[in-house]
Amino acid sequence: MTKLRYERPIITSLNGGVSNKFGTRSLHEPVSHIDGVSVKEIIAQYGSPVFILSERKIRQTYRDAKRAFTSRYPKVQFAWSYKTNYINAICNIFHQEGSWAEVVSIFEYKKAIANGVPGKNIIFNGPDKTEEDLRTAIENDSLIHIDHLDELYQIIELTGSLKKRPKVAIRVNMDTGIYPMWDRFGFNYENGQAWDAINKIILTDKMDLVGLHCHIGTFMLSPNAYAVAANKLSDLALGLKLHHKKNIEYIDLGGGFASKNTLKGSFLPGSDIIPGFDEYAEAICTTLLNAGFTKDDLPMLILESGRALIDEAGFLAGSVIANKRLSDGRRALVMDMGVNLLFTSFWYDHRISPVEASGHHTENAVIYGPLCMNIDVLRENVTLPPLKKGDQVVVHTVGAYNMTQWMQFISMRPNVVLIDPEGKTHVIRRKETVDDLNKMEEMPSHLKSFKI
Amino acid sequence: MLSWVLITSLSEGLKKCNMNVRIKSNVAVSDSGFVFDPSTGDSYSVNPIGVEIIQLLKEKSSTDDVLKSILERYETDEKTIDKDLFEFIQLLLNLQLAEKV
Ligand SMILES: Cc1ncc(COP(=O)(O)O)c(C=O)c1O
Repeated sequence: MTKLRYERPIITSLNGGVSNKFGTRSLHEPVSHIDGVSVKEIIAQYGSPVFILSERKIRQTYRDAKRAFTSRYPKVQFAWSYKTNYINAICNIFHQEGSWAEVVSIFEYKKAIANGVPGKNIIFNGPDKTEEDLRTAIENDSLIHIDHLDELYQIIELTGSLKKRPKVAIRVNMDTGIYPMWDRFGFNYENGQAWDAINKIILTDKMDLVGLHCHIGTFMLSPNAYAVAANKLSDLALGLKLHHKKNIEYIDLGGGFASKNTLKGSFLPGSDIIPGFDEYAEAICTTLLNAGFTKDDLPMLILESGRALIDEAGFLAGSVIANKRLSDGRRALVMDMGVNLLFTSFWYDHRISPVEASGHHTENAVIYGPLCMNIDVLRENVTLPPLKKGDQVVVHTVGAYNMTQWMQFISMRPNVVLIDPEGKTHVIRRKETVDDLNKMEEMPSHLKSFKI
Repeated sequence: MLSWVLITSLSEGLKKCNMNVRIKSNVAVSDSGFVFDPSTGDSYSVNPIGVEIIQLLKEKSSTDDVLKSILERYETDEKTIDKDLFEFIQLLLNLQLAEKV
């Protein structure tokens, strides 16, 4: 006689009280396959935990986003935000789809160059660019987005010793009705700083002002904020035309479109409330088309969307190390993946699914990671079937920022696996070894030996 | 959700504490996993293995018998079922659906 599949016995109260805030939707349905590939097999082959990325989903999301904009506006260009996920294979998927690169450090800049992105298709953002960085960017004809006056003066100075005319844009910050206002980056619109900076660039005549840039915030739930931003940048562009008879080539509205994640404290799951690409595109494109540009002067629209393009294509699969009951009666699961790998669990309630099907009985649990640290909590409260040691789960919507902000703390980073459109798996970043880490360290000779 | 009473000494296995319990006679259990306690008006949902355990306990089986029966029928090992069964029985006691005999 074959034995039945074992599941821990559970009993759950059915009495009123506060109902599950997600109603009766069963978010704990098993996810045994990703793009037709068995999660169990991926873990068997590449270890647990393991990051999994779907190439098909990346391309599909990118094409959806692109279609939303190109069907409404004649000149659209995406630039992949490297910091969102700068594993080279991921960057190259976006480059194959036609994306430029958007970088915020010389490290990312060098990655883009090494990936084969032409210098003129790299947007160099951020407040921290050294003289050497700027020199490299100018020589490669990259688009330098100036963050502050010190950077502007440094570029003016550099032009004395360089033959090339730098191509620059300024980053503008503004009130779009969104709190908090990101005013630490760039030049303010409302108080006239941005217009001053534009005048300085034009009057010193050492560089070409090719664009205007802003990035109004991240995980923006209001498409209207983008309409306000597009309007203010258009106003600057039209002012430039009026006063200096110059056209800018592009308006870059940055990133910030929300991904289908659920912010902590949100009453509804993200997938139910976040605007789609069409809603962002409608707000932005309508504003630009009605701003007052002549047909020939319409600037190119650049978008640096990060999380919305990749978050959903990323999964983290891992295993239960232990389950226990806490002193207050709550069920707790200890997983082999924690906040060291999933930085975004500090602000999202990530959806977690069991890999294997089980009965329809569930219980609430707190999910801990493996670190010996109190902060290592993946979910404070999630409804899952009873899981036991060795059972596997999939954490969803983790493609953005985790594979760049992960910490090498207590344990090492695991394999990152890409599933290609044919369903073949590829390691795109191999797991770290102790040797990798020790290689970076040096031992002073007086510390080489000891007796205990 | 459940206001559980503190569960102590989970590390002690069933056999060591030689604990036998009985489901209270007025507690109703359906095969589909619906449990109703008429003395409090509280109702509960139990998964199939939980129903099986409750029914065994209703039939006056000892915890040892329950453990053996589960071991025979399910793909698990003694350590696991010992730990889970002990915890489950503690819950039944805390919810006052069962009493020690
Ligand atoms: C300048 C700039 N562009 C683009 C992005 C990408 O943002 P998101 O991932 O929210 O789309 C960021 C992220 O903070 C940014 O600072």
